[in-house]
Amino acid sequence: MYAQEVKSTGKGVKSLDEMDPQERAFQERIDADIKIEPKEWMPDGYRKTLIRQISQHAHSEIVGQLPEGNWITRAPTLDRKAILLAKVQDEAGHGLYLYCAAETLGVSRDQMTEDLLSGKAKYSSIFNYPTLTWADIGAIGWLVDGAAIMNQVPIQRCSFGPYSRAMIRVCKEESFHQRQGYDIMIKLANGTNAQKEMAQDALNRWWHPSLMMFGPPDDQSVHSAQSMAWKIKMNTNDELRQKFVDETVPQAEYLGLTVPDPDLKWNEERGHYDFGELDWNEFYEVIKGNGPCNRERLEARQRAWTDGAWFREGLVAHAEKRASRVAAE
Amino acid sequence: MSSEWPLWEIFIRGQHGLSHRHVGSLHAPDAEMAINNARDVYTRRAEGVSIWAVKASDVVASAPGEKGPLFDPANSKVYRHPTFFDIPKEVGKM
Repeated sequence: MYAQEVKSTGKGVKSLDEMDPQERAFQERIDADIKIEPKEWMPDGYRKTLIRQISQHAHSEIVGQLPEGNWITRAPTLDRKAILLAKVQDEAGHGLYLYCAAETLGVSRDQMTEDLLSGKAKYSSIFNYPTLTWADIGAIGWLVDGAAIMNQVPIQRCSFGPYSRAMIRVCKEESFHQRQGYDIMIKLANGTNAQKEMAQDALNRWWHPSLMMFGPPDDQSVHSAQSMAWKIKMNTNDELRQKFVDETVPQAEYLGLTVPDPDLKWNEERGHYDFGELDWNEFYEVIKGNGPCNRERLEARQRAWTDGAWFREGLVAHAEKRASRVAAE
Repeated sequence: MSSEWPLWEIFIRGQHGLSHRHVGSLHAPDAEMAINNARDVYTRRAEGVSIWAVKASDVVASAPGEKGPLFDPANSKVYRHPTFFDIPKEVGKM
């Protein structure tokens, strides 16, 4: 998802009997749905896995501003521009909620920023695809934010207090994002032939990458079992992907658009849609840094950091000057 | 990288006269910027009418290990809850 390939301990899940008393007490609290708070004892693996997951999630929110930011100056109307600005600003806010949640685990903001800028930290594969037309902004809100909601709603109940609270804030704001995207799609789908084609083209390009947001298939998802035992991951990747397909296909039908998957078919027996295999090679390539926009995204973040240095320094100088004046009085 | 800006804990009072409530934290070089940033990060949807920003390093917190001594005594004093007392039906609402 926004944290797609979070490495955990790499070991199997221990049973309660294999745990020492401290870890056992910890696991029993998680099993009883009691929240874990930052200052409390936690296994090292829990802390490390959560730092990876929450920081990846935060980085995704921050990098996620870039594909949409591309269209702020070219939005078709002033209204659309104001709405898109507000949406992108929300993403920045979501990144900040999440960075703060990660910091409660003992990692510093500077460390996380450094890891993002050096390319060491990962972020969601989806943001390495380009936004070629205005319809892509509609498709992102509808599909990408739709997929994000599907993933984030259950994380509101996760075991770590600060992460759960950050998710509650995020989810409150996320529905606006999806609806503004779908609203763009409705407009285009009911517009001229050229506009309808543009909407279809955006759906064609974003459908498969959106499904990949949920991460690799369950049988390849080696770290899921531990994360689920710790309740920092609440559903398997395939469960959420299926749920997303089931909810989204009728929305595409309403728009009169065709989901680009010849294998997509309602399966009466299962009560779900069947859908075609995804190209997991593409997914792993994008994760590794070889997607269409990986370099551009990272360069944009690096440039923002470097270009903003004088401003950050100015704020510090101002704060220091004022503090010294107060001290002198 | 520069030395990190201090962390501030942010408290917001909503519109309905309730007390300030902790909403999260943020980094800012000074108090004024902490308030400015808090407005942008935590009140984009008219969530509040007042902001408190407190340096995280100034917050004194109880330790998780003190949970027992601090809070357990309250468990044995259930009579503090009004439902502890049975009031006869005939008395009506009380």
